[in-house]
Amino acid sequence: MSSASVPVAAALVRRRPPSSVRRRRFLLAVADHSLLITASLMFLAPFVFIMLTALMTNSQALSSHLWPSPFRWQNFVDVFHQAPIWRWALNTMIYACLATLGVLLSSIPVAYALSRIKWRGRNFAFGLVLIALMLPPVVSVVPLYVMWAKLHLVGTLAPLIIPNWFGDAFSIFLLRQFFLTIPEEYLDAARVDGCGELRILVTVVLRLAKPAIAAVALFSFLYTFNDFFLPLLYTRENPDWWPLQIGLSEFRSLHQVQWNLTMAATLLVMAPVIIVFFLAQRAFVEGVTLTGVKG
Amino acid sequence: MAPWLIGFSVFFGYPLVMSVYLSFTHYDLLSSPKWIGFANYRYLFEDDPQVGGAVTNTLWIIGVMVPLQVMFAFGVALMLARARHGTGFFRTIFYLPALAPPVAATLAFVYLLNPATGPVNIILKQLGIEGPLWFQSPGWSKPSLVLLGLWGVGNIMIIFLAAILDAPRQLYESAELDGAGPLQRLRWVTLPTISPVILFSVVIGVIAGLQYFTQAYVAANVAAGQASQAGDQTVNNLGYPEGSTLFYPVLLYQHGFKFFNMGYASALSVLLLVVAFTITVLIIRNSRRWVHYAGAVK
Repeated sequence: MSSASVPVAAALVRRRPPSSVRRRRFLLAVADHSLLITASLMFLAPFVFIMLTALMTNSQALSSHLWPSPFRWQNFVDVFHQAPIWRWALNTMIYACLATLGVLLSSIPVAYALSRIKWRGRNFAFGLVLIALMLPPVVSVVPLYVMWAKLHLVGTLAPLIIPNWFGDAFSIFLLRQFFLTIPEEYLDAARVDGCGELRILVTVVLRLAKPAIAAVALFSFLYTFNDFFLPLLYTRENPDWWPLQIGLSEFRSLHQVQWNLTMAATLLVMAPVIIVFFLAQRAFVEGVTLTGVKG
Repeated sequence: MAPWLIGFSVFFGYPLVMSVYLSFTHYDLLSSPKWIGFANYRYLFEDDPQVGGAVTNTLWIIGVMVPLQVMFAFGVALMLARARHGTGFFRTIFYLPALAPPVAATLAFVYLLNPATGPVNIILKQLGIEGPLWFQSPGWSKPSLVLLGLWGVGNIMIIFLAAILDAPRQLYESAELDGAGPLQRLRWVTLPTISPVILFSVVIGVIAGLQYFTQAYVAANVAAGQASQAGDQTVNNLGYPEGSTLFYPVLLYQHGFKFFNMGYASALSVLLLVVAFTITVLIIRNSRRWVHYAGAVK
């Protein structure tokens, strides 16, 4: 009523409603999203509890207290004394980087040949990729193990890295789908200018396909960083070559370490992935939707 | 192209043929393979006391976890699609657990669900509920793994969300004009438009379920080590407790890489291959009836 008689005040009111109204709106928004907020709290809770436990003393971790007092930051230092974490991290980096490099170098040309060059047997080759994509890798594990054992490479990272240098079905598939969306005119223009296929691939296609290549690199890196099964098969007997995941899974039983330190180590292993995620969030989400919608 | 063809034959064609061959032999890696005909398969289907349990466990995890994951991811995606504020923020929260390395996530859950000192049971106790033994009890170990699986549902959720947001607005508007309520719009507009994505996630889920290994292995190993406290490495922890987490791939691992019965492990893997292939074909065949492709050309 008063706002109607004083226009300036009305404008002010519109811009900044009284706190009671604001509170009501806020509460309404909360009520509207209450389910969402509850669910997201439940999704966050495990991270919170891991963090809290990682900061407890051992006796606190074994008690029914949920809040650490005092906060023991020293745990994150102690973890490194308990186990060769740096060595494991180095192994993981060797595995993840060399494998990702191999996947890119080998899969990009194949994907290009399967999408933009016409040759006899192309469809058949693409069919093979699809079959390779569908079949569970567990199936081929026994003969491959036998093969690596005969080459005396079990107990090293070689059996984990080398196959990636010969193409990866998932990456080939994803890249091919993306290459197909590049307009033919671009390639033809380059061909008219006298470019060979290899140069077209390097100068035209690679530049246009940056998001897809970033997604493939990201997936490959994450996959190898998280990989457990293959490192378990090939490096279990030789702790020198354990990557982080094997090390972490053996962490507790190896050293009889307490839960607080185990959770600190868990957090340390989770951290790189989460940091990479925040740095490359867009490539991530694009990549995930690319696999879903186009797959 | 050529290196890939080599790679394909060495890392894919050769193992496939070799698996079938080895499955008819007795082979322990030390002496050369000895042809024994169908003996491995006979043992697999008739005598092996563990196969029945492993198959049941695998069917259980597929039958329970995959539908729950799909429904849960769908629900979260729907909520996110409806939300007007902070969508990006919430999306990140729901996606983060999917990023956690499986080993780390499993370790965390074994701790969270620790019967005596884990936060979950402490909170339940304060609410006056006696929490179950989770990973320490044969009846609760698989449900615990399902909880872990639901926590990491972010990938499917993102795909669903993209598909829901992709649905043409006009469809909803015309449905509304025709007097469809929210539930009807969900049933007749949202579901059909995202049905290809549901199919995709079910197929991926089933294939992943057939290969369910890491979480089971780590959970059994850590939970068993915790129970014995001595952390005796010589004990066979696979499937702890009481074989309730002995899934088919864990059984394969046990025979191939703990006992080094390469022949028998090959027989197990050939059976897995046949089953995986059959299931995939069956799902895709049946899907024609309920999956709707907009302007389908595929």
